[in-house]
Amino acid sequence: MALKNIYKATVGVIGTGNFGTALANLLSEKCNKVLLYARSKEKSMQLIKTRKNGYHKIADNVEIITDLSLLTEKCNLIFPIVPSINFREVIKNLSPYLKPYHILIHGTKGFDFDKTKKSHNPFKESDSQIFTMSEVIRQESSVVRIGCIAGPNLSKEIAAKMPAASVIASEFDEVIELGRKCLKSDRFLIFGSNDLMSTELCGILKNIIAVGAGTIEGMKLGENAKSLFITRGMVEMVEIAKKMGGKVEPFLGLAGIGDLIATCSSKLSRNYTVGLRLASGEKLNDITNSMLEVAEGIKTIEIIYEWSKSNLIRIPITETLFKIMHKKIKVEEAHAYMMKFPFTNEIEFLN
Amino acid sequence: MSRSRPRYKDILKRKKDWPIVNFSQNKKTFLDEVSQHVFDNLIQSKGRKTLHEELEMTIYREKQRVINNPWRVDPKDDLTFWRKIQKKQLSVKESKDKVTVEKEILKEIIDRYCKEIVGSFNKSSYRFAKRITTFGFARLLNAARVKGIKSIFSRQLDLQDQIHVVGEPDQLRKLAKIGTIVLVPTHFSNLDSILIGWVIQFLGLPPFIYGAGLNLFNIKILAYFMNSLGAYKLDRRKKNPIYLETVKEYSKRALEWGCHSLFFPGGTRSRSGQIENSLKLGLLGTTIEAQRALISDNVKDAKPIFIVPVVINYQFTLEAPSLINEHLKRTGRERYYRESDAFSNSKKITTFLMKFFTKKSDISVSIGRGLDVLGNYVNDQGESLDQNEAIIDIKDYFLSGGKINVDKQREHTYVQILSKKIIEEYYKINRVYSSHLVAYTAFKMLERKNSKLDLYSILRLSKEDLTLDYEVFKMNFKKLRGVILLLNEQGKIDVNEKFRSTADESIIYGLNNVGMYHAKRPLIKIKNEIQILNASTLYYYHNRLEGYGLEKHI
Repeated sequence: MALKNIYKATVGVIGTGNFGTALANLLSEKCNKVLLYARSKEKSMQLIKTRKNGYHKIADNVEIITDLSLLTEKCNLIFPIVPSINFREVIKNLSPYLKPYHILIHGTKGFDFDKTKKSHNPFKESDSQIFTMSEVIRQESSVVRIGCIAGPNLSKEIAAKMPAASVIASEFDEVIELGRKCLKSDRFLIFGSNDLMSTELCGILKNIIAVGAGTIEGMKLGENAKSLFITRGMVEMVEIAKKMGGKVEPFLGLAGIGDLIATCSSKLSRNYTVGLRLASGEKLNDITNSMLEVAEGIKTIEIIYEWSKSNLIRIPITETLFKIMHKKIKVEEAHAYMMKFPFTNEIEFLN
Repeated sequence: MSRSRPRYKDILKRKKDWPIVNFSQNKKTFLDEVSQHVFDNLIQSKGRKTLHEELEMTIYREKQRVINNPWRVDPKDDLTFWRKIQKKQLSVKESKDKVTVEKEILKEIIDRYCKEIVGSFNKSSYRFAKRITTFGFARLLNAARVKGIKSIFSRQLDLQDQIHVVGEPDQLRKLAKIGTIVLVPTHFSNLDSILIGWVIQFLGLPPFIYGAGLNLFNIKILAYFMNSLGAYKLDRRKKNPIYLETVKEYSKRALEWGCHSLFFPGGTRSRSGQIENSLKLGLLGTTIEAQRALISDNVKDAKPIFIVPVVINYQFTLEAPSLINEHLKRTGRERYYRESDAFSNSKKITTFLMKFFTKKSDISVSIGRGLDVLGNYVNDQGESLDQNEAIIDIKDYFLSGGKINVDKQREHTYVQILSKKIIEEYYKINRVYSSHLVAYTAFKMLERKNSKLDLYSILRLSKEDLTLDYEVFKMNFKKLRGVILLLNEQGKIDVNEKFRSTADESIIYGLNNVGMYHAKRPLIKIKNEIQILNASTLYYYHNRLEGYGLEKHI
């Protein structure tokens, strides 16, 4: 990488999962220094000792730390990449050190579900207990310049230095610009979007469809069936997003279709793997217990299923997957049911 | 004299310390500064249009306005001025130095706009207007309510018996000593300006400058009050960038000079009767720009800017019938045809004031907690607080890589955050009277009864379809009241004391007060029935409680 492009600052990454590590390495190519925060002491010791994390070799200018105050002191730009289930807690811990000059770009593709919190938006009604990660950041900290990174980014391919691209979405142009400055390279493209919430929804909702696509693959129903499923899945994603106040456009881009294609056809995807294993008759508990990292799709299916009850919306795919997960229906029955479902007009969301 | 409520002393004893006095004494310097900045900004800005095109368009539109839509308040020489400017513009072609001539024209237009906008605050007429609002109204009130005309000099009752200031007036007074206040009230009636003017002096605050719609200056009685209370004029007919830039710069500079300001961020009176749910971002944005400029210019003794939301709670809006008709026309287009009431004039307002003081209808003005320009609450010392009540430095919002920078797009997004927060506050401090709830209950019942009909058909129902059974009405009223009291406990809405009395009492109070001065009362009780006499004004008063999700409970 040519030296003149180096961003002369230290940036932070929270989370040492696969994507967190891959992102830290990507950043290390364009930034002076990267601080990678590990939540557990053991994990940090192991990373410091081996300089390896699974299939990732950690770049030389990535420093592993366990001190949040150091992270916020050294870095104005921080990427929290932690599972949605821990996200609120992480931001809560970070909050005392965060100032309004900090910029956070998260890469978490799941919902926060909190019965005690109310939405910041008085016009958002029944779904007020479901929040995207940017909303969690707003609720728990004084940071306002927030963005998300979403797109087809299978960590293993990034680690192998294969070409890829991502969308950085934020209401603030400066956040997108800074993200681009730190990440754009010959093998990694960055697109920008000002529609933060819809872009977050793309990343979250596609995991539902990835689980479903896995079941189709697991049952060996063929490519036609899979295409049918993915396309109808896309329609369902858009319908849900629209009901939540999102827009269609991002779904047609890299964060929507782009990510959907990658996760619905690759065994490198966790959510897709969950589907595959469900099709082979494994129990949900056994699957989750044996996985090293969280498959966000499982939680998203549960949340959206609950949400749909009070929002008068037809979500045949999510509902069926929910039933499969909870053994209320067999995978084979589910597919028969889907084939009989009275779909009418193909695309209505553009009207 | 009423002893039970607090009387507020002036926070600044000497008039010469009033920011507005300093401001009006140095008006020329101020206007020169504004004009020069607007000029520089417009010359530097790289818009889509060239200066030539911008001038051409502005002159064309201004001439159209003068000819097609003249107002009484317009300057006498309006047409001559624009003709002269047009002539000059047309002669540019022949001139050798086109750019210089065009710049001259631009400066001339800006200077004219500055003069049109500027308020004419005057200490002695302020004193007079102030005396009218407090002393004069109080006399009227006593004459009407206490012992008849003989008691005109008695001081038994005055305005504060009728207008209740609730919420955080003490914090407002504290903040006004520390920084520059921007009051942002909801807007329901043309009387709001006078009412807020009264509240400002009642609370012992120095006069504020107003951003008032020029159309109000068409009505003489209002024009008098507003001129003397330091109003500057906003003309919504002028939408050209040169004018808008001048208005914004005016507001921004005044804030930088430490002038307490007031504007109605909804832009115009709520036509539907619902609390504002979207705000005009232009003027609101000047608070953010001014705050950033104050920090980055390192002005000595620079004062922080505080935003204070205010909700005016009427049980009656003078112009409700014409407002709601306008609203219905706008939303319903051809489905809704009705004669609209002629707009109020001085006589109507005077009659209203007499009625207002002779009958009893409480008005309350809710003062919200102070906010910084990003919508964070501030404490009594004026420090910004985050969600966990930890102190934050407002400067941090304008930093990028450790330095303050100007980023228009960022600040535009900040205005949206601020606007959202103000709306949230409106809903929280909105004070519900039982009159609002009787209107809400009755209209929602009417809707449920006619669930197949659209709004416009409901409004045209015939008389026999406009009755409701009292017992059912009471049951629904009680149910909704329970929900509102629950929301109140959670801090999501405020309620009037009478709201808590027995259901029957509360309903009677509500019925007596809802739209009480209209020729046709919206709602009355006859024997065991509630009768709706005017569905569209009922709809208007019902809208006040929209946005709380109450409809799910009926």
